[in-house]
Amino acid sequence: MQVIWDGLREGLRMLFSGDAYLWEIIMLSAQVSGVALLLSAALGVPLGAVIGLTHFPGRRVVQALVYTGMGFPPVVIGLTVYLLLSRSGILGPLNWAWIPQLFTVPAMVLAQVIIATPLIIGYTMAAVAEVDPNLRLQLRALGATPHQVTWTVLKEARQGVIVALVGGLGSIISEVGAVMMVGGNIEGATRVLTTAIMLETRRGNLDLAIGLALVLLGLTFLINLTVAQFQRKSQ
Amino acid sequence: MSSAPLYELRQVVKSYDARAVLKVVALDIHPGEILAVVGPSGAGKSTLLRLLNFLEFPESGALKYRGQPIQPDAAPLSLRREVTTVFQRSALLSTNVRRNVEYGLRLRGERGRQVEIQAVIERLGLTPLAHKPAQTLSGGEAQRVALARAIVLRPTVLLLDEPTANLDPYNVGLIETVVAELNREQGCTVVLVTHNVFQAHRLAHRVALLLGGSIVEIAETQTFFESPHDPRTSAFVKGEMVY
Repeated sequence: MQVIWDGLREGLRMLFSGDAYLWEIIMLSAQVSGVALLLSAALGVPLGAVIGLTHFPGRRVVQALVYTGMGFPPVVIGLTVYLLLSRSGILGPLNWAWIPQLFTVPAMVLAQVIIATPLIIGYTMAAVAEVDPNLRLQLRALGATPHQVTWTVLKEARQGVIVALVGGLGSIISEVGAVMMVGGNIEGATRVLTTAIMLETRRGNLDLAIGLALVLLGLTFLINLTVAQFQRKSQ
Repeated sequence: MSSAPLYELRQVVKSYDARAVLKVVALDIHPGEILAVVGPSGAGKSTLLRLLNFLEFPESGALKYRGQPIQPDAAPLSLRREVTTVFQRSALLSTNVRRNVEYGLRLRGERGRQVEIQAVIERLGLTPLAHKPAQTLSGGEAQRVALARAIVLRPTVLLLDEPTANLDPYNVGLIETVVAELNREQGCTVVLVTHNVFQAHRLAHRVALLLGGSIVEIAETQTFFESPHDPRTSAFVKGEMVY
């Protein structure tokens, strides 16, 4: 028990004294998670809306694929990205500028986007499907174009879309296996909160591990609190 | 009616799951008229309105608007925006009353018509409710908002699908008055689907009886109610038709 209290005290001290190592990890985590969430949202929300609102051949198969993606083990995604990007893999030897290198931030972002996008698509699909179909007919009757119908339905489903984004962020910020595999947990380059917690726990630096865990919990709580406030205002 | 028809329907068939729900041999709707379509539930009245609003298209036959043949899924947006529908269920957006009324104008990029918006809000007795969330309205209030949202667009054609079903006499009276004024003052063509033969009698210039997807009779209102040609119309008008 004493270890935990010491860890808590030391963690808080490091956090509020501006410890360079801790803050570097925090900032990198925020950067990686932020970019991954933006890209996942940019892909997932429109795709979820289109799949949820339109009928096309093979829609059920696409939905089944999305649901499979939602439950895909992150570590398998990490392995897949690793195999794609490694020098002996499929994309790695091509040396194209837009293909991320292994053990870099873009590789971590790629893995996290692959993990979070199906979640955002799935939740968005469910959210737009909840909107009264009569409203869609009414919007068309008022002269809305297909894009205007989709945008309006997304706004009507905003509570569900926010849940989709929170779910996506949750999967990104808590991810450890995949980012460890493709990022390598390199100090000052690819070390983020989750991988650092794992490393410091293994090293026996429980104070630092607890400090990092507190930051991770605090960040998650703050984000969810902000979202809850936003949801209350939009009701 | 001597003017060229606004709508011309010839041999129009609309089916769902291979079951024909609408089979209109011939129907002309003229500019500036109020046509009431009456008939029992499942007669195809709402389907007819969806065709007239270009929300759905017939499997076969010809549908013309202003003399232009309407091709499936290719009704030009400009034509589509001349027509609007108020459905039985008002389907309002989860925002306040004023923003609901403005919605169709915002779709058209016409945000500056605040004077007209205010006039329509007043005309439908919605001024005290203008900033209230639409979800908190009663059925009658919600239906008045739906009508305001439609008429602020100054449509060429207003389609009304049971607009006053289950409403109290005050709301029924107000909605009927506004529809009649809109027709008289702006020459707006109105197609009113209703179960209420008294409403059809009060508002319409012509009345059509739809049974099993087919038009049994269409006539001037007085003729339709006082000397119908078809015995089924006579039975329907007298309330003797069991369905």
